[in-house]
Amino acid sequence: MKPFAYFRAESAEEAVDAFAGHERAQYLGGGTNLVDLMKLGVAAPDLLIDVSRLPLDGIEETPDGGLHIGATVRNSDLAAHPAVRTRYAALSQALLSGASGQLRNVATTGGNLLQRTRCTYFQDTSKPCNKRTPGTGCPARDGVHRDLAVLGHSEHCVATHPSDMAVALAALDATVHLSGPQGTRAVPVTGFHRLPGDRPDQDTVVRTGELITGVTLPPVLPGTQCGYRKARDRTSYAFALASVAAVLRVESGVVRDAALAFGGLAHVPWRGRAAEEVLRGAPATEETYARAADAELAAAEPLRDNGFKVPLARNLAISVLAELASRT
Amino acid sequence: MTHAHSPLGTPAVRAEARAKVTGAARYGAEHTPPGCAYAVPVPATVARGRVTAVHDDEVLALPGVHAVLSHENAPRLKEPDDPILAVLQNDRVPHRGWYVALVVADTPENAAAAAEALRVEYAAEEHDVTLTTGHPGLYTPEEANSGVPAVRERGDFDTACPAAAVRVDATYTMSAQHNHPMEPHASTARWDDGRLTVYDSSQGSTKVRDALAQVFALEKRQITVVSEHVGGGFGSKGTPRPQVVLAAMAARHTGRPVKLALPRRQLAAVVGHRAPTVQRVRLGAGADGVITALAHEVVTQTSTVKEFVEQAAVPARVMYTSPHSRTGHRVVALDVPSPSWMRAPGEASGMYALESAMDELAVAAGIDPVELRLRNEPETEPDSGSPFSSRHLAECLREGARRFGWEERDPRPGVRRDGDLLLGTGVAAATYPVLVSPSAATAHAAPDGTYLVRVNATDIGTGARTVLAQIAADVLDAPLESVRVEIGSSDLPVAPLAGGSSGTASWGWAVHKACALLAERLRESPGGVPAGGITATADTERELAEDPPYARHAFGAHFAEVQADTVTGEVRVRRLLGVYAAGRVLNPRTARSQFIGGMTMGIGMALTEHSTMDPAFGDFAEHDLASYHVPACADVRSIEAHWVDEDDPHLNPMGSKGIGEIGIVGTAAAIANAVHHATGARLRDLPLTPDKVLPHVGPAR
Repeated sequence: MKPFAYFRAESAEEAVDAFAGHERAQYLGGGTNLVDLMKLGVAAPDLLIDVSRLPLDGIEETPDGGLHIGATVRNSDLAAHPAVRTRYAALSQALLSGASGQLRNVATTGGNLLQRTRCTYFQDTSKPCNKRTPGTGCPARDGVHRDLAVLGHSEHCVATHPSDMAVALAALDATVHLSGPQGTRAVPVTGFHRLPGDRPDQDTVVRTGELITGVTLPPVLPGTQCGYRKARDRTSYAFALASVAAVLRVESGVVRDAALAFGGLAHVPWRGRAAEEVLRGAPATEETYARAADAELAAAEPLRDNGFKVPLARNLAISVLAELASRT
Repeated sequence: MTHAHSPLGTPAVRAEARAKVTGAARYGAEHTPPGCAYAVPVPATVARGRVTAVHDDEVLALPGVHAVLSHENAPRLKEPDDPILAVLQNDRVPHRGWYVALVVADTPENAAAAAEALRVEYAAEEHDVTLTTGHPGLYTPEEANSGVPAVRERGDFDTACPAAAVRVDATYTMSAQHNHPMEPHASTARWDDGRLTVYDSSQGSTKVRDALAQVFALEKRQITVVSEHVGGGFGSKGTPRPQVVLAAMAARHTGRPVKLALPRRQLAAVVGHRAPTVQRVRLGAGADGVITALAHEVVTQTSTVKEFVEQAAVPARVMYTSPHSRTGHRVVALDVPSPSWMRAPGEASGMYALESAMDELAVAAGIDPVELRLRNEPETEPDSGSPFSSRHLAECLREGARRFGWEERDPRPGVRRDGDLLLGTGVAAATYPVLVSPSAATAHAAPDGTYLVRVNATDIGTGARTVLAQIAADVLDAPLESVRVEIGSSDLPVAPLAGGSSGTASWGWAVHKACALLAERLRESPGGVPAGGITATADTERELAEDPPYARHAFGAHFAEVQADTVTGEVRVRRLLGVYAAGRVLNPRTARSQFIGGMTMGIGMALTEHSTMDPAFGDFAEHDLASYHVPACADVRSIEAHWVDEDDPHLNPMGSKGIGEIGIVGTAAAIANAVHHATGARLRDLPLTPDKVLPHVGPAR
């Protein structure tokens, strides 16, 4: 076998320290993606630093009325948390629409953000892939790509980010907390993942040795509604063909606040800033939602076989916004 | 013949249920002889060409590696009947994923790492993996799968069809599908003084033993193949697969027992699949809907390794009145993996097309689709003219319609809404032939009042072990608990594989005969059972020497209610109901499981399952159960299986027809017809995934 060392860290500091000096160390959360990739030969760490049992498994109210989620909180626990279900329903819905019950029981908040694309070329070491082996090419562009990106892709990579959770976090303006050799920092979820550009091997802005310690959700203004909807090939245990997370506050028939994020369309959870501009201050009507979706999706550049994602995402956005508005 | 308290026909629980849920039941890869080594095959990474170098020296230096086998050094095999078993015999690569080497090491991890590290060089040639109806390589084969004639003509279709008052001309396509049983194919092989023992995940170990005897030039008695428990096969384990030959070869080469469990991601290329098909169906009927002309023409693909022709046009020879008929198959050999059996080969693909065309005819003629089928019930089997031994399709349709609430159906398509959802219902018929093969069995009575039945049946999850005990207990007039059944080893009396929905009929007949003989001997032994017991042996060669003069088929009717989401294009099945006429049902518990299992697989066929041929690389893109979408529990909401009693004296002593496959046969068509009823769109390309449906249902806004 390909030998690797295993170290179970007792604290975040210990984990970060253990990383130092290792070329190919990786943090191990629930392992639902990393272990698969190791079996496939896609990932070959020389050191696994097990952070799944760090004391980062709490969900706590923040002084400003937000919520702090520890990095090792399991997806199932996060989805079931009363504060998440009531104030951040989009997050709970997104989590419950992902993977399977068994996987959600194991997968962690930090690991979910760091999961890698399910592009079949990336997972197959007998084929080229710029993300796995930079410079080898992207056969997906002209190959089997029905499930892949329509927004923000590059000639080097058309992969999508597979997470549902991250899409909800992007719409909810969550912040990711990192701890690394140079100290701690906070990165907005919307700036956490990268577009592929000419470096598709880099999924995120995480620096070598940095560890996710938690995620913070900002407080929710009264009257705000949020929700998540996902389209997929089968009813459970399938990645999103497209998904939408939306946050909406309507007063007197006018959109006061709106945040929108798309899943399954891009290398990142795609925050819909252009759509939000259309929404803010506009009448809360389906016509507005359609204009907003169109404004966002105007940038779409579908590949040969995934053009359906554009009308699908449009329909999802309109449907979710209309549903949220109907509750206010 | 059935006595008052006979267990036959009762819902007896599976004999091995406890062993399975406690983990005591052992599968092919769960036998680990002392000193066992582990083998991992190396698949070709080109779709066509030759192997020019195998750098085994680099890998032999890795930790724990015992051997690297390739065409350069692998033992020569005698030519097998099935060319897919001629592994590592030459440098030719007929398709991507074909095995070009085998690494044997001391641990599974070392073997996997070495297999991944092995550098193989190729002289790649241009490949052709794309099926088109205009492919210049298309030809008409002699036969299609199961030995049926590739082409049949009756009457004069070309004249009759244009003259018909109502006509349908439609082409249906579907991509390849894979069996993907829960247990991947696996073998553990051991040689002891020239004797070979193999634990193999197979649907029939007699057949595996015979194939091994052939390629290794051994006597059959020198080989034992054990398939005691098998985690599903769906046809993919019906024929011996490369892993069993490779494991035996590696064990002989290294002098150690060798275990070889195929990784899931390799299966798509080496254990068969349902071939993609393009099916054109033309129907001509009178204004009353009675069919005068029927053509069902199939275009499909095979590999360059062997000819396998999915016999999709065959059900059209059985189903409906059709005085003028043409049914035919054309096939092209491409640089693709070899297709093979997948649950109801021929019938599942063919009835999707035929039953969709029947729905189109019903719409065109303005006749209810149940009524249309009733009007086209034939007197005799259309193709052969033989009388049916029993045919209760009409009863299935009527009973299904009653249970489903069909009579209230508004035939107009695209008019039922529930919020964003469009709702619809559909019906389709099902058929599957009655197959049976000769089998042997022994029945033994012990002095303590217990019985032992021995037959090399295979229980691939169906309940075979249980139902054979029920048959024995019935004939012996004994409590079910007093009968033990030993199956799953080629040392047992010779028996055919679990396939073609024929297992229970074939094995059960032999068990029935052996037990009847034993009962007779017991009656002749008034002093009771002697210390050594009494054994009776039977085989059914004589009974099956001649085919009876009847057309023998099981029939069924499927009813589906679907919703199509106008926002997403997602189609989900709300209700699925099947009614079957399949002879006598011997165990309602396990039979129901078979029926609804087939129907669930039909949901997959209709909505979620597809294997995408990647034209650039020549392999199937889906390599795991995350990307190859078999239905999840959430995809199966309400599912019901019922049956009508059928008393058919022309089958076997139990009066049963096969039930393993018919559940899938009409399901995809019923669902696709319901999608038409829901949306008004006739979508003729399976599976009906959101990308295909969405353009036809939305946007609602």
